[in-house]
Amino acid sequence: MSVAAPVTLSASNLVRRFGKRSVVNDVSLELRRGEVLGLLGHNGAGKSTTLQMLTGVLLPHAGSIEICGFGLAREPDRAKACIGYLPETPPLYRDMHVDDYLVFAARLHRMSVAQATEALDRVKHRCGLQQVGRKVIGTLSKGYQQRVGIAQAIIHNPEVIVLDEPTVGLDPSQIRDIRALIRELGDAHSVILSTHLLGEVETVCDRVEIMHHGRLIYGDSSARMMQYGNGTMKLEEVFIEITGNHSEETSP
Amino acid sequence: MIRLIAFKELRSLLAAPSTWFMLAALQFVFSWFFLARLDAFLQVQTQLALIANAPGAAQIIVAPLFGTLGLIMMMLVPVLTMRLLAEERRNQTMPLLMAAPVSSTRIVLGKFTGLMLFLLLPIVASTLMVLALALGTPLDTGLLLSNAAGLLLITACYAALGLYISALTVQPIVAAIGALAALFGLWLVETSATDNSYWHALAPSGHFQNFNTGLLDSSDLVYYLLFCVFFLLLTMRRLHNNRLYG
Repeated sequence: MSVAAPVTLSASNLVRRFGKRSVVNDVSLELRRGEVLGLLGHNGAGKSTTLQMLTGVLLPHAGSIEICGFGLAREPDRAKACIGYLPETPPLYRDMHVDDYLVFAARLHRMSVAQATEALDRVKHRCGLQQVGRKVIGTLSKGYQQRVGIAQAIIHNPEVIVLDEPTVGLDPSQIRDIRALIRELGDAHSVILSTHLLGEVETVCDRVEIMHHGRLIYGDSSARMMQYGNGTMKLEEVFIEITGNHSEETSP
Repeated sequence: MIRLIAFKELRSLLAAPSTWFMLAALQFVFSWFFLARLDAFLQVQTQLALIANAPGAAQIIVAPLFGTLGLIMMMLVPVLTMRLLAEERRNQTMPLLMAAPVSSTRIVLGKFTGLMLFLLLPIVASTLMVLALALGTPLDTGLLLSNAAGLLLITACYAALGLYISALTVQPIVAAIGALAALFGLWLVETSATDNSYWHALAPSGHFQNFNTGLLDSSDLVYYLLFCVFFLLLTMRRLHNNRLYG
């Protein structure tokens, strides 16, 4: 990734509350083409909420989001056409065939029938779904369902791909395949993924942002994060030290 | 986009065996009522021949039959509307629509259109069934068509209200019971009101009377239109609020 690559997603000063509880507080992010950004944090750190705001599923209370130059609040349709989103639970219609579902997802993102059928072959090949095209989604194993979820997020060839914990619940070989796929996607698109698995960050991401209690507390390239503490610490230790330090700083 | 969502809804309805079972049961009930009315007509037919300006087959068979159909629709539509939005939220498939470049307006109109396309099936089937009478007796097709139009409009109202209640909850079954309670309440208001009371005008079933007697009143049309638009707008508002409040 070069610094000159165009910015595809930028969010500034996002704030989100649920009732009186502040879940995301003053989060700013920037993503360039060809970059894979890992959003790392404990459970309940506000990762999923941030991703939901970036994809327009939730509205932020304050702050602005721009995707490929289109403001998400001003031109939601044009901005959303540039995003592919895999939520925490893949949004699958369990009674549909895989092929029908993927074509529906592509058409929702404004592809014509011809484009959608062409994209279908490509995406099935990419996600290893050639064998299950005519199967009903509800009958597939968890791993295949997750792949269908990823396939619906990338079928319309979006500039920005947002993946919320894409490897949860998969077996080791599936995790390896999906990570390779994400890495491959990261070459031509921008990918932002949330995870609490440090190994994922190590193998997949170019850059890491650590989120803690709704704030971004550390951001650097993943290579440099691994050299934190003179390279003697494991990634887990680095993560715990960063989030632990921050808790001490913020606590009265 | 509206068409895409509508056809997806229609297809997922038609893909479920339970839908076909329901359609078959519905058609059976319709034809049962139809035969009962036809039987009653045949019994009084000889006496009718003696009266000058006697009511025809359409008046004796069609009007009461469609009145009953309206009532059956009131109970059937909540069962169909319950899953439209509540199930999307329960199965967590809503983010697919919310993150796609589709506005809430289009989502709601798509769902509504899909359901109405489906509901056209029983309405058209029952109209054709009654139209078969024309083979044996002169039939007042005007009365039949006004009844069919009335049934379509009243069904649209029920669907709009059911869709809104489906947007309020995550549990489809709660949506079904809620919609049924609301429709039943409206119906009770209408039937228990005294003659010439304004309460008649409140419920969709009150405006069906005119269609039932073959009278096309523009105020009824406006009422049905406003009823649908009101609840569809509320549904769109509700979807927007989901984005706002999570």
